[in-house]
Amino acid sequence: MDLSYGEAAEAFRAEVRAFLSSHWPPPSDLRGADLKAFVRAFRGLATERGYLYRAIQKRYGGSEQPVDVIRAQVIREEFSRVRAPMEVGGNGMNMTVPTLLEKGTDEQKELFIRKTLEGDYIWGQGYSEPGAGSDLASVRTKGELSADGSKWIINGQKIWTSQGMQATHMFMLVRTEPDAPKHDGITYLLIDLDQPGVTRRPIRQMTGEEGDHTFCEFFFDNAETPVSWQVGTRGQGWYVSRTTLKHERASIGGADGLGRQFAKLVELAKEVGRIDDPLVRDRLVQIEGFVLAHRYSSYRIFSCAAAGEDPGTVPLMMKLLLTEIGHEMALLAQELIGEHGFIEPAGAGGRGHRGPRGPEKWLDQIMGSLGNSIAGGASNIQRNIIGERGLGLPRDLAMSGER
Amino acid sequence: MHFHLTEEQTAIQDAVRGTLADCWPIERIHAFADGEADFDRESWDALMALGLGGILAPDSGMGLLDAALACEVAGEAAAAGPLIGQMLAVAAGGGGHLDALANGDKVAALVHGGSTYVPCARAADVFLIVDRDAGIRLVPAGDGVAIETVKAADRTRPVSKVAIAEDAGERLFGPDDAMTARLADAALVLVAADALGGARKVTDMSVAYAREREQFGQPIGRFQGLKHQLAHMALDVEPARALVWYAAYAWDAGLPDAPRAAALAKAHLCDVYVRATRAAVAAHGGIGYTWEYGLHYWFRRAMFDRAWLGSPAEHRARAADLAGW
Repeated sequence: MDLSYGEAAEAFRAEVRAFLSSHWPPPSDLRGADLKAFVRAFRGLATERGYLYRAIQKRYGGSEQPVDVIRAQVIREEFSRVRAPMEVGGNGMNMTVPTLLEKGTDEQKELFIRKTLEGDYIWGQGYSEPGAGSDLASVRTKGELSADGSKWIINGQKIWTSQGMQATHMFMLVRTEPDAPKHDGITYLLIDLDQPGVTRRPIRQMTGEEGDHTFCEFFFDNAETPVSWQVGTRGQGWYVSRTTLKHERASIGGADGLGRQFAKLVELAKEVGRIDDPLVRDRLVQIEGFVLAHRYSSYRIFSCAAAGEDPGTVPLMMKLLLTEIGHEMALLAQELIGEHGFIEPAGAGGRGHRGPRGPEKWLDQIMGSLGNSIAGGASNIQRNIIGERGLGLPRDLAMSGER
Repeated sequence: MHFHLTEEQTAIQDAVRGTLADCWPIERIHAFADGEADFDRESWDALMALGLGGILAPDSGMGLLDAALACEVAGEAAAAGPLIGQMLAVAAGGGGHLDALANGDKVAALVHGGSTYVPCARAADVFLIVDRDAGIRLVPAGDGVAIETVKAADRTRPVSKVAIAEDAGERLFGPDDAMTARLADAALVLVAADALGGARKVTDMSVAYAREREQFGQPIGRFQGLKHQLAHMALDVEPARALVWYAAYAWDAGLPDAPRAAALAKAHLCDVYVRATRAAVAAHGGIGYTWEYGLHYWFRRAMFDRAWLGSPAEHRARAADLAGW
């Protein structure tokens, strides 16, 4: 075992550092549109140097670099050290672009990828519906061809769209073949959200979070999209949606957030004067055992990816592990904040306008940790995945149609 | 960056696994458990022939990670014999018996400072006393060592009651010598490795059973209630493997957080082991509650590992202190 990255990586690190020191941060008096333009130009330069959009071909605005998870990790570390912006985040980079790269037409790639990388197009995910959560293939939003066969006409409702208020476009699953078997009647469509047939509404969350940053629900009333914006074959959208980002996906950064949150929990114990309480110390170390198991497992996964070896079943467990640790931290935080928890924290969900916040700010984590058991594959679905794909247990009969 | 096993390490584990599978089929475990002995020469010689005794010898070119990988497989097989004591006695320099200990001719039992109970004491030629407060001693069996046989709960590594005179044997390291803390830490990592192996074994047994056993006309592993319990066992065990790796790596590399990593690994893995063995019995149902099926051997080992060398709570308290909280 060796946690250093090796000489070649350190030489590369020096190169990245040199680049960053001459191009970041922006002049301190830059504001508004000027700052935005600076960031855009910076991303362009960083892409030219091969630091960003490494999996994406040059013709679509990427840097087209060979797969190298160590280099990718060094880039992440160095950019994050000086808080330099990396690739634009969100569903566009995580979902739309990889899907288009694998399944899109040349026209779709030309139309959407560069605009997404440059942050001009923001994508909402149109998967969940009020009646389709974990059973995603039961979507009912309907797509019908226009009389001339040139457009899809969409009617129905989507929900839990993150960045919904900012989204310019959506990728969505719609039922186009009502008589086909469940998984074979769905088509994957891209749609421009700026049209009269689309209405969006923010969802107020249990944390109290609302407004521009929260999830949205979308209503489609004869919304339209060209047939040429359909990805993959008609009726095969379910399989298109299974496309995921494979390139350089392994990173050890995912564990950092959890580590930072644990450090804050220790700070909380100090702040409320409970750090000397043996029960609190015991609980903290108990939780830390899981936090470190998660962190070192991420090293393991990363190391296997760098060596091109199979990491086994651990990757299937990381999401549920993270969720469970979040619950444990929430329970201890609740104990620690005591009556501070009677107060609603300013800026609910940690996103709104906020003044000074005391220990009550942990209510954001205490409630927010529950979101993790639901979003991105509910915990009971994760347990099925571990049991079936990880341990080889027989598939649930009710779900045997899923692939 | 390398944080997974090399091909060579995997091959060594497979070799130890193969040897132990030959030595300890369940019938042999039953026979040993119902016998009087606290040691089995034949299986011991087989392990020593693989060179496990000498892994921590100063010139072996191997380290605590390699030792931990062997202990993990011993835990998986519920193997008899004081493997951890043997490895540590060699790591301590052997007190003049280095070669005989490294090749297994002499047997070393580990004595946790202040504890009355010592596994495999009746078979031991020497006792390695590891005591953070008093240092490290190597005491030959015989004068100054009184051994009383007791009926042991862990049938695979039976303890005896042992009293050792304070001035017996030779002091190898004083309490302030860095080697004392280092060997005490190494012991924790090796017990954590034993616990990892056992926890993984009972999880695998439970999964195999759930795939085979049918009720209501289908394999019980299809039922979500059980499937989710098994998923949680795996979730508890498999990510924890990296804690053992890290603790061993930190010890080998002499990292500043090695003592804390050892304490955390011991505390965490021993809790995992106890939870896994309890869950395994529950997952099996009636068959798991029988003596004959044998799950209880790992259950008993889990209880032993948990209490031996200090409980999880004790090591968590140490870990909190070591963090400077």
